[in-house]
Amino acid sequence: MTSIPKLAQVAQSHKSAATTVLQKIRTSYPASSRIPDAFFGVIILLSAISVFAIVVLVAYELVEKSQLSLHQFGIKFFYGHDWDPVNDSFGAMPFIYGTLVSSFLALLLAVPASIGVAVFITEMCPQRLRAIISFLVELLAAIPSVIYGLWGIFVLAPLLREYVQPFLAKTLGWTGFFSGPMYGLGMLAAGIIMAIMVVPVIASITREVMTAVPQNQREAVLALGATRWEMIRMGVLRNARIGIVGGIILGLGRALGETMAVTMVIGNRPEVSKSLFAPGYTMASVIANEFTEATGDLYLSALVEIGLALFIVTLIVNALARLLVWTITGGAARVRA
Amino acid sequence: MRWPGCWSGPSPAALRGCVPNSVTASASQEVSLWRRLTDHGATAFAVSAAVLVLIPLLAIFIYLVIKGIGSVNITFLTQTPKPPGETGGGMANAIVGTGLILAVASVIGLPLGIGSGIYLAEYGRNRFGDLIRFTADVLNGVPSIVMGIAVYSLIVIRQKHFSAFSGGVALGIMMIPTIARATEEMLLMVPNVIREAAYGLGIPKWRTTLSISLRTASAGVITGCMLAFARVAGETAPLLFTAFGNQFWNLKLNQPTAALSLQVFTYAISPYDDWHKQAWAGALILILLIVGAVAAVRIVTSRGMLKGGA
Repeated sequence: MTSIPKLAQVAQSHKSAATTVLQKIRTSYPASSRIPDAFFGVIILLSAISVFAIVVLVAYELVEKSQLSLHQFGIKFFYGHDWDPVNDSFGAMPFIYGTLVSSFLALLLAVPASIGVAVFITEMCPQRLRAIISFLVELLAAIPSVIYGLWGIFVLAPLLREYVQPFLAKTLGWTGFFSGPMYGLGMLAAGIIMAIMVVPVIASITREVMTAVPQNQREAVLALGATRWEMIRMGVLRNARIGIVGGIILGLGRALGETMAVTMVIGNRPEVSKSLFAPGYTMASVIANEFTEATGDLYLSALVEIGLALFIVTLIVNALARLLVWTITGGAARVRA
Repeated sequence: MRWPGCWSGPSPAALRGCVPNSVTASASQEVSLWRRLTDHGATAFAVSAAVLVLIPLLAIFIYLVIKGIGSVNITFLTQTPKPPGETGGGMANAIVGTGLILAVASVIGLPLGIGSGIYLAEYGRNRFGDLIRFTADVLNGVPSIVMGIAVYSLIVIRQKHFSAFSGGVALGIMMIPTIARATEEMLLMVPNVIREAAYGLGIPKWRTTLSISLRTASAGVITGCMLAFARVAGETAPLLFTAFGNQFWNLKLNQPTAALSLQVFTYAISPYDDWHKQAWAGALILILLIVGAVAAVRIVTSRGMLKGGA
């Protein structure tokens, strides 16, 4: 057995002293506990590895199934305008355009609103309301995409067609962004629906990083005679900005991959149009609409390639966002002191 | 400074209110009009942002109830869909189908999710753990439609037909990262002394983890599981080319199956008025299922042992 001075030395040399000592002692455990322990460890390790394996498997399947299209079109796939299943000619440009424009529009609307909500909840809201409002904002995230779509078709789109679009056309029609026939359904509707869906993502991260800013930062700025807004701006938002950017990027990731609600309201026409009233198409919605109807191998492969592109983009976007958020909240594993 | 001016008033009552008053008065006189305006402007902006965000939430729930409640009746809950154009029929098969798919998803998602969570909390305080943690977050961000494609090519192509099983696999995979991170976070909240006490009694690690740490954290872990469950319950995109949908009864795992979310989608984009009504009714049932799960979790955790932890 280990001697007492040796134990003390071990205890000092490690952060979690007790655990180490226990490990030392537990080596003398009978096989009847060591074998189940090892067995348990292996099972747990396997389930952890499964997470990693799933991501690898998804990537592999996507790459493998899109080989045909990758070889046929190469890089031209991403700037070709032609989407013509009959002649086996595929270019994803209109979908990429639609995804980028609708996501950008969504962020444009969602970012100020989410930061406003987060500021309200963390800095202004009475204590009692705080839990209720953050619960309600979280509830927005719990509503399924398909219900947003349903609401978009039957409530939002008529509202846009009757009131919002005529108003926008009259006041801002000269910009070219708000012109043309008003269907209600289209890029604008998709942007608005997606903005509503992205708000809880950005707001919850923003709230988290704002809460992570130490209280004495606020007190210091207030003590210098700042107004509340100046305190929020200089003491809180400035310190939390990297995390907020991370939250915005995370929201972008959500927006890029959003499928059902967008498919239901965007109008599904593969066109590149400057006007936000015009129908569009996104990468996710073309997959949703055409995947089961894709007859030829090349057609299917082209759709999988769009999926692969979506996968890679959201992978990068999410990785970036997580790294940014982690720099604020203190690492992937928040170890309890 | 105006500070000494405060003492000019003789009455003690005035004096009591005097110090804070004079401080705020002097402060507000020093604060320029512009700074005061921006301060009020920012407050107004934040308040209106909060109101603006909550409006769609209320609107969606109000419309769901108004438009949905009229079509939820015994026919809707017990019958299968009628052919296109005919009125009547219901979504009974879709409700059961959703249950079937979610059962498969839970069988896959719960053990793998909780298992990875245990790994991350109890074994994974190292570089490999960080890798798994990072992968889980990445997996969480993978668009659901992409997950649908992957499961399609992994299972549907091999099986040569759509099935409830493949739909369940797609949703189960999507549950894993949420559950894993929730389990990890909750296990980390269990004080180390409890583990040490168990080791001290000679209880092996596996038993300590399962019967003591996990049990202590159970309220939080259940919360995580229910949230993951609620999240995938409404998923539609990954089911489009896995479970596929079905107008008839199906209780077999290897056959195409209807799901509430799929049915809502199909009915919403259809041209029939009666189907639109049923889409609202289906959506209402779906949201009740999800909100019910989330609310149940709130109640359990607010009374549970990890109060405030979730």
